[in-house]
Amino acid sequence: MQPLLDVSNLTVKFALRDTALTAVNDVSFTLGRGERLGLVGESGAGKSVTGFSILNLVSKPGFIAGGSVLFEGKDLTRASAETLRDIRGNRISMIFQDPMMTLNPVLTVGTQMIETILAHKKVTRKEAEAIALDKLRKVYIPSPERRLTQYPHEFSGGMRQRIVIAIALLTSPSLIIADEPTTALDVTIQAEIMDLLLELCQSEDMGLILITHDLGVVSQVTQKIAVMYAGGIVEMGDTGMVVGEPLHPYTRGLLGALPQCADKADCGLADVAAPRARRRLNQIPGSMPSLSDVPRGCPFNNRCELCETVCTTTRPLLEVKSDGRLAACHMVA
Amino acid sequence: MAGLFSLPTNENPNLETTPVGDADMTNQNTALLSLRNVVKHFDISGGLLDQLRFSGGRIVRKHTVVHAVNDVSFDILPGETLSVVGESGCGKSTLARTVIGLYRATGGEILYRGERIDNLNDNGMLPYRTRMQMVFQDPYASLNPRMKVREILEEPVRFHNPGISDADVRSRVADVMEQVGVNPLWGVRYPHEFSGGQRQRISIARALVVDPEFIVADEPISALDVSIQAQVLNLMMDMQEKRNLTYLFISHDLSVVEHISTRVAVMYLGSLCELASAADLFGTPRHPYTQALLSAIPRIGGKAAGHIKLSGDVPTPINLPPGCVFHGRCPHANARCMQEVPKARQLEGGALVACHGVEEGRI
Amino acid sequence: MAGLLKRFRQSYFLYSFLRDPVAVTSFALFVILAASALLAPVIAPHNPFDGANIDIMDAETPPLWKDGGNPEFLLGTDNQGRDLFSAILYGMRVSLLIGVGAVAMQACIGIMVGLLSGYGSRRLDNILMRIADVQLSFSSYMVAIFLGAIVQMTFGVGRYEQVAVPFLVLVIGLAEWPQYARTVRASVLAEKKKEYVEAARVIGLRPFRIMWRHILPNTLTPVLVISTVQVANAIMSEAALSFLGLGMPVTKPSLGSLIKSGFQYFFSGSWWITLFPGVVLILLVLSINLLGDWLRDFLNPKLYKD
Ligand SMILES: Nc1ncnc2c1ncn2[C@@H]1O[C@H](COP(=O)(O)OP(=O)(O)OP(=O)(O)O)[C@@H](O)[C@H]1O
Ligand SMILES: Nc1ncnc2c1ncn2[C@@H]1O[C@H](COP(=O)(O)OP(=O)(O)OP(=O)(O)O)[C@@H](O)[C@H]1O
Ligand code: SF4
Ligand code: SF4
Ligand SMILES: [Mg+2]
Ligand SMILES: [Mg+2]
Repeated sequence: MQPLLDVSNLTVKFALRDTALTAVNDVSFTLGRGERLGLVGESGAGKSVTGFSILNLVSKPGFIAGGSVLFEGKDLTRASAETLRDIRGNRISMIFQDPMMTLNPVLTVGTQMIETILAHKKVTRKEAEAIALDKLRKVYIPSPERRLTQYPHEFSGGMRQRIVIAIALLTSPSLIIADEPTTALDVTIQAEIMDLLLELCQSEDMGLILITHDLGVVSQVTQKIAVMYAGGIVEMGDTGMVVGEPLHPYTRGLLGALPQCADKADCGLADVAAPRARRRLNQIPGSMPSLSDVPRGCPFNNRCELCETVCTTTRPLLEVKSDGRLAACHMVA
Repeated sequence: MAGLFSLPTNENPNLETTPVGDADMTNQNTALLSLRNVVKHFDISGGLLDQLRFSGGRIVRKHTVVHAVNDVSFDILPGETLSVVGESGCGKSTLARTVIGLYRATGGEILYRGERIDNLNDNGMLPYRTRMQMVFQDPYASLNPRMKVREILEEPVRFHNPGISDADVRSRVADVMEQVGVNPLWGVRYPHEFSGGQRQRISIARALVVDPEFIVADEPISALDVSIQAQVLNLMMDMQEKRNLTYLFISHDLSVVEHISTRVAVMYLGSLCELASAADLFGTPRHPYTQALLSAIPRIGGKAAGHIKLSGDVPTPINLPPGCVFHGRCPHANARCMQEVPKARQLEGGALVACHGVEEGRI
Repeated sequence: MAGLLKRFRQSYFLYSFLRDPVAVTSFALFVILAASALLAPVIAPHNPFDGANIDIMDAETPPLWKDGGNPEFLLGTDNQGRDLFSAILYGMRVSLLIGVGAVAMQACIGIMVGLLSGYGSRRLDNILMRIADVQLSFSSYMVAIFLGAIVQMTFGVGRYEQVAVPFLVLVIGLAEWPQYARTVRASVLAEKKKEYVEAARVIGLRPFRIMWRHILPNTLTPVLVISTVQVANAIMSEAALSFLGLGMPVTKPSLGSLIKSGFQYFFSGSWWITLFPGVVLILLVLSINLLGDWLRDFLNPKLYKD
């Protein structure tokens, strides 16, 4: 069966003053209908740009330099403006970290929701209002009739994000791209929003691409994880396997750096060199290179303990390893 | 002239200070720092014209006050890491800034090794400046962009040691830079030439050059990536060991707090809910809010939807609810909770909990 | 030094400057004008202030390319027979001197007041800002008329010529400092919330040191931007005051007083006496303003579209 989304060899560059910077480097993944994928990585790893380029929304100095994004069989990198308009916000919805990127502060929530429906569906105002109310109930907004007439600033941060999710649901999309939807929220509210997203994806059979840097959050919500580093995917596979027994040295380092794992030793990292003192965390030395000077060969080679000569000369490709998982590393069998 | 430059304070002389409550249990002499019923309010009414309201046919002057920290008491013991957790806006930063003297407390007392420091002026505070230092959240805003790293680090040394020779200043700064893992040769660079993690190291170095014994760290790792967070946390723990530092550590990342703290204080809407040793608090949380908070931590490999759902929204600290500040969202609230403010009480085992339910044995 | 030069050559500043033809053109124009003003004694074919050199017989000679033009007087002469080209060069010198001087004065007062107002207590802020409001509500012309009367009374009309330059610097400087004070205050208010200022306070530094060493250097970017605009404004103000007879005397002309002195001959056919100083004035002010605009855009990348 045809997957919902098939991204292959996607490359996005930004034209800078004298060079081009590769923000997304040869990224490929597929997403089945109703499947949930987590895209994790550090700041600047290229997660957001990947999310935007799926919708062909990379802004100015940036451009899609290669690869394709097949959504329900259509290649969005080559689609006409009209096709894209029909797909954005209709078949694929996006949720951002800051709810105010989606909400217009001077219009009531009701107006914004109804306009969105009317733009994509041939329904009357009455029907549109009914749909809006229905979606507000789905995201557990109390007394939705009254809330429809309120402005975004009258809601708390968590409520606003729920409204944004309701707006994303309006057109019953088959894919939601959520870019750090809970980073600005408190843990208790984050837990609620994540519950809600998970529940909705399951009940509506929606696909989800969850972009975040929080491994805890993705591990609870998604079925697959792709770990990004310096613009490329370094490891991808079943969520339980990736967080349970990470293959790639970067993923292992990242998980080892989490206090949760240092305390509990239940993250399958028993073979990672034991921390010196009990309380010390496992740290990866150095920091991610800026995308304008990624080292030759493996982009992780200047921080990697296992680095060998081949790592400094040849870039490892994302390939299937012994247990069926994908990793980009020369040293992993 | 000094008067014109004093910090804008929101001193409220009429504020009642309640007598030291049950919270006062630790021996005064052993505490490094003691907070006694500390209150901090911000008057946000603006100018005179903004304060005037028309009500009941008359124009009245009305103050809008943010009750950021309300009646918080606890002790910080030498050598420990005391963490403060709680959701955004619950007053963690305000508490930290009041302790370090950036804000003047509206009420209550702060004692450093038994001496009151909350009512000192700039000069009186000076000796404490080398004993207490602060590390900030934002690695981009906390270093002056127009000063070279060496200037940033040398300034406190020169200021607190007038007459010190240039060579001494240099070697002292170079020492500390070495310790925090920043090459002393990079001292000639400007902050923007460093990554976030390196800047946070420089920030820590700035706190350490005056050789303090107590450091307030307000979310020192929140702005950093996971792999960098581990580096900075390790550095902080190493420094604590090497220099026998005491930390007041503020964070909203509960798994980090669990890892590095000796004791943990949980705040909600400006009030202290629970204070216990880290193992105790994370093992057997007693306060309903602590329970809800801890259940929401996204555990790796854990399942979603296992957390305690709270109803309602966080009230604003401008209009505090009467009684227990948590009663609107607490699953165990009863009539008493809506009227009477719960006092922090010590349980067997040393945990402090401010909750009627726990006191009555219902929870 | 060589390293600094190299860094400058590779800097983004130079790069984006060179990519903007308007900025390059206006910079070139400004450099030519300013250099010829500064080097007036070297370049100018005549010394317009040397009475021995001036022949009233040459008065109102038209420019070179007109009938009756004299190759000795490139742009013609004024009503007293002074070489207009030389007079413009010397006049531009006076205009620039007053413009830069006045702005230096505005900046000194304004930065001081802005710092105190932004970093001091709320009461001090209120007092200083009300004073600034009062100052702004007087136009520079009122200040000039008022002070002019006093100065001319104390020094006598005869010696006014000698004190005219410092007097105009004072008048224009006093009239416009609130612009600086407001700009500086606004950025002090923004800077003072930043954590590096709190860090300085935790170290225990005194307020004055924090203001000078930490806050002031971080507020200089907007100061630089308004300074260019203010120099242009000050030159314009000076020209206007001189045109109204409140500025430089005709014996020691600025561009403004040159325009004024020729104005009465404008319709009697000797249009060049007014036109050429006018054109130079416009070019000078325009080039400074365009440079200022570019600088503002460069330092404030948020304004860039796309
Ligand atoms: N408009 C732009 N112009 C130039 N470079 C850009 C632009 N947008 C993104 N980039 C580059 O692309 C890289 C990836 O950015 P991206 O926003 O995808 O990171 P991210 O993984 O989402 O990080 P974060 O966690 O901080 O959101 C960045 O390092 C940045 O250098
Ligand atoms: N300078 C100030 N003036 C007025 N109100 C303030 C000021 N600083 C803080 N507040 C208010 O006091 C309350 C507590 O704020 P505080 O910054 O201490 O919260 P916090 O717990 O540190 O939150 P966060 O996790 O978001 O940093 C908030 O409601 C805030 O709006
Ligand atoms: S390819 Fe080499 S350098 Fe890269 S992660 Fe694997 S072992 Fe490390
Ligand atoms: S005092 Fe009452 S409302 Fe407050 S936490 Fe305890 S049980 Fe809940
Ligand atoms: Mg992003
Ligand atoms: Mg805070």
